[in-house]
Amino acid sequence: MSSTRFDAEARQGLAMVSPPLIYAVLMLAAPLITILAYSFFKDGYLEVIREFTLENYRAVWSDPIFHKVMARSLGVAFAVTLATVLLAFPVAYFLSFVVPPERKALWIFLITIPFWTSYLIRVFLWKVILGHNGVINSTLTSLGIIDEPLGFLLYNVQAMVITLAHAYAPFAILPIYVALEKIDRSLLEAGRDLGESRLMTFWRVTLPLAMPGVIAATLIVFIPTIGDYVTPELIGGGKMPMVANMVQANMLALDNKPMGSALAVTAMLIVTVISLIYLFLNRRFLRVKQ
Amino acid sequence: MKGSGLRAYAIAYLIFLYAPILLLPIFAFNSGTIIAFPLKGFTTDWFAQMLANQTLRRAFTNSLIIAISSATFATCLGVFAARASTRFNFPGKTGIMGLIMLPLVLPEIIIAMSMLVVLLAIGVKLSIFTVILGHTLICLPYTIAILSTAFNSLDKSLEEAAYDLGETKWSAFRLVILPLVMPGIISALLMSFTISLDEFIIAFFLAGNEPTLPTYIFSQLRFPKSIPVIMSLGTVLVVMSIILLAVAEYFRRRGLARTGQKDHGGFL
Repeated sequence: MSSTRFDAEARQGLAMVSPPLIYAVLMLAAPLITILAYSFFKDGYLEVIREFTLENYRAVWSDPIFHKVMARSLGVAFAVTLATVLLAFPVAYFLSFVVPPERKALWIFLITIPFWTSYLIRVFLWKVILGHNGVINSTLTSLGIIDEPLGFLLYNVQAMVITLAHAYAPFAILPIYVALEKIDRSLLEAGRDLGESRLMTFWRVTLPLAMPGVIAATLIVFIPTIGDYVTPELIGGGKMPMVANMVQANMLALDNKPMGSALAVTAMLIVTVISLIYLFLNRRFLRVKQ
Repeated sequence: MKGSGLRAYAIAYLIFLYAPILLLPIFAFNSGTIIAFPLKGFTTDWFAQMLANQTLRRAFTNSLIIAISSATFATCLGVFAARASTRFNFPGKTGIMGLIMLPLVLPEIIIAMSMLVVLLAIGVKLSIFTVILGHTLICLPYTIAILSTAFNSLDKSLEEAAYDLGETKWSAFRLVILPLVMPGIISALLMSFTISLDEFIIAFFLAGNEPTLPTYIFSQLRFPKSIPVIMSLGTVLVVMSIILLAVAEYFRRRGLARTGQKDHGGFL
């Protein structure tokens, strides 16, 4: 039995949270459940037949194109995540340990500005840089270094990885920085006092304590990257679809909503399973209490 | 000197982050029709063409309406959620807040596609209104993140003092709490305005035939001859974002100062 005071508080809290909750249920939960339901329905001409079937999933799982697209999406997302997190760590470390406290806000502001400026423009700029008549090619041609524009710069997986790694770079810094800020500095002094070298202190004290931030950064980059639509469209030239493009093509161009839904649900499941395995493998770092 | 190598690396990293964006103003003012070095000469023609373009004006008006509406709705809903999660305990709190914050980690294409399927199924016509619905949803978690910090820093005894002095729940909220969280509210408004203004995926799928600035940009990318105008448009957008963010940051810091907190830096 809970006390009346708790009941009153619970009622007030629920009343307070109800407007955003109702909005999220209508605009987020209901559409997601619809997608889930559609993935078990049959596709008819111009309409969806409400009849339970597992056919869509069978088709998705046995489709060699889906295998290829999913493998490409995973490959790109892994490469982008690895690059962003490795490149971000020293910056986060610098922010936390070297920058004086009164300058920190300015540095963070500078790093987060590109994060908030149009993602589409940042992707498009890479197309401008790498394109057939782009900055690199036309500059090299006008300088007489090459005769023909280089064709291998754009429309391939490497170009997509560069673009995405650049677009998501700031995402990785903040979680790692926050984890580093939480580390009790006296632990590091203790490490040094007990005769550890600077490097060993970093390896045995700083890094394990920073791991929750690194893990968060990995997932923050990995999840949106794998669902990216714009980069394969612009930088991949539409010829290197990732899973988001395949979902979109099935939903709209092919007008097969059950199939598109099954693809979306499958992709989300794969991402969730990978994230959970990753969290499980790193569980010993997440148990650390600050 | 301690950390000089790290400092050099961090500066190089910043240059890498900003280098592509710096191309925008360079080519927006370059008189050459192709985007290439060496530069030809200085011109403001592209900006003039941009201002004269009717579709672009329409896209700009649409984007403005969408961004103002979404920012307002998201911030209003965010106030409720942030207040509820910082002040009250209620059953299912983790799950409820988890659902509301979910768009933060969900790829936008999933949100856009699932909303599109439902809107088409119930026969809602796609327009800027449907984009507002989507943008409100994705801005909401950001406003909650900002507003929670603002509400968290409130001293509960101030509110109790107001009750003791005979204020009602509503008047205490209006006279005591609201002024204290006002910087947070302004910061949340500006932040969601910026997000909505720049957002592409949801606008692309939910706007029907109405252009917004990002979808207009996307539609012009196929035509090499419109790239210089897009460069000048991009310059304007980036400058607008930076100004809005700087103002948002100013209000966030003022909010921290008003409630006597230490600045830890950063929006999230």
